[in-house]
Amino acid sequence: MKVLVFIDQAEGHVKKSSYEALSYGANVATLVGGEAVGVILGEVKDDLTSLGKYGVKTIHQVQSSSLNNVDAQVYAKTIADAVSAVGASIVVFSHNQTGKAVAARVAARLKAGLVAGAVALPKVSNGFTVKKSVFSGKAFANVSITSALKVISLNPNSFNIQLVEGTATVQPLAIEVTASKVTVKAVNKVTGEIPLTEADIVVSGGRGLKGPENWGIILDLAKTLGAATACSRPVGDAHWRPHHEHVGQTGVQVAPNLYIAVGISGAIQHLAGVNRSKVIVVINKDPEAPFFKAADYGIVGDCFEILPKLTESIKRLQAKG
Amino acid sequence: MKILVCVSKTPDTTSKIAFKDGNTKFDDAGVQFIINPYDEWYSLVRAIELKEKDAATVIHLITVGLADAEPVIRKALALGGDEAIRVNADNADSFYIASQIAQIAKDGAYDLVFTGKETIDYNGSSIGGMIAELIDAPYISLATKFELEGSTASVTREIEGGEEVNEVALPLVVSCQKGVAEQRIPNMRGIMAARSKPLKVVEPANIEALTSIESFELPPAKAGVKLVDADNVDELVRLLHEEAKAI
Repeated sequence: MKVLVFIDQAEGHVKKSSYEALSYGANVATLVGGEAVGVILGEVKDDLTSLGKYGVKTIHQVQSSSLNNVDAQVYAKTIADAVSAVGASIVVFSHNQTGKAVAARVAARLKAGLVAGAVALPKVSNGFTVKKSVFSGKAFANVSITSALKVISLNPNSFNIQLVEGTATVQPLAIEVTASKVTVKAVNKVTGEIPLTEADIVVSGGRGLKGPENWGIILDLAKTLGAATACSRPVGDAHWRPHHEHVGQTGVQVAPNLYIAVGISGAIQHLAGVNRSKVIVVINKDPEAPFFKAADYGIVGDCFEILPKLTESIKRLQAKG
Repeated sequence: MKILVCVSKTPDTTSKIAFKDGNTKFDDAGVQFIINPYDEWYSLVRAIELKEKDAATVIHLITVGLADAEPVIRKALALGGDEAIRVNADNADSFYIASQIAQIAKDGAYDLVFTGKETIDYNGSSIGGMIAELIDAPYISLATKFELEGSTASVTREIEGGEEVNEVALPLVVSCQKGVAEQRIPNMRGIMAARSKPLKVVEPANIEALTSIESFELPPAKAGVKLVDADNVDELVRLLHEEAKAI
């Protein structure tokens, strides 16, 4: 039984979420007594053989410059053809921006049952059941896939990568690539910042910061930690911070290892965007702020005093190595 | 120009989530249901804006659900839209729902199908992509801006760490999120008008679901917050480093 893992890349570089998908796929293969292989589309700059350390021995590459941009329609057809070509019965994606669009299309094309947003390895003792996040992180569902072909998209940052020895071999895969109906007119990347959804650590500010001119203490802490910055909805709506930083139910959903919330009360809609974070730290002057109930660590106090001290303390820790 | 807007009934964002029947069913006792916010605030409102610019535009709403979904779809009609279609079936799974909608999208020759970026209950983000595949149309996901010029759409979509501007000819499926439009509140005229708008009930096509939910579970309760004194920031750093191993 073969497990095909889709390796997502942008500008020739493999995304971090794909490392998780590869390691997840390798573990799924072990569970079902099969082999995991990767598939990557487009032209790549990274050394793909090193991806062997995530547990795949073969990576199939469909090398065509017309695959350098993600068009879900073209990608789905190409990946579905790759599934047939390698004889895979399980397909794994990351549930990132690309995976959300492409996995659904691949599943519909192959009439394969889809679990979108998986958070754990499947249980295969009795059928094939995958746990996924539902109700915006407030609960989980155990979903059984009843079709022969199966597609799983894995929530980013919900699976611990397991490294193994070995390298992968890259094999070109000859698949006819259809012409895209979508023209990419512009790509606007936020430069010099860590993408929120890929960040290990997120430092987030709310109304407690009192105004955009006070964001320096957030930026200093984030810079020291190598963290991405985020904000609550009122902050985004008031244009204190750019709209793409808004984290919450209707904004970006994040699942970093560490989420530091500064001056955010923790409305249920905000929690829905951050409750998959592994560790939550809340700094708020109001001891009654609901966020403390969802936090692992907290400080009740004035963020304008605490944050500079916190940044200095972390710098001292880093200096000790 | 015909637009099909997909509308889903979801629990209110502030609902307490609980389960019944041995954790196999969502417990809807005391839960208020709303239009999935992404369907309402972004895709439906953007469709209404397009109709305001071009009166010849026809907007149909569609939901897959049993009769208890009707109050929600009436509420959506109060915001705008010409008529609604309810496929009379329980939500079996995403493939089942998408197949029902795709069938109607095909039969009705819609130029544009809008969905929200995900529903706030199942969070699959899958229906739009599946519909697009089943009707063989391009799919632009996670749109933050949607403009139409004749039969060509210019759509800005979220990508990792930024956005991409796409140009694509109709027919097209788009999943919408924040940025596409601004939330509107239905007015009394809209609410009155919604009562007389047609709400067609159609029986589902014979489709087999490919997944089923075996059980639900709630996340383990947090152990409780460890509070550190504001004068002892070093202790927080020590805990994050040594205990949580997060820095």
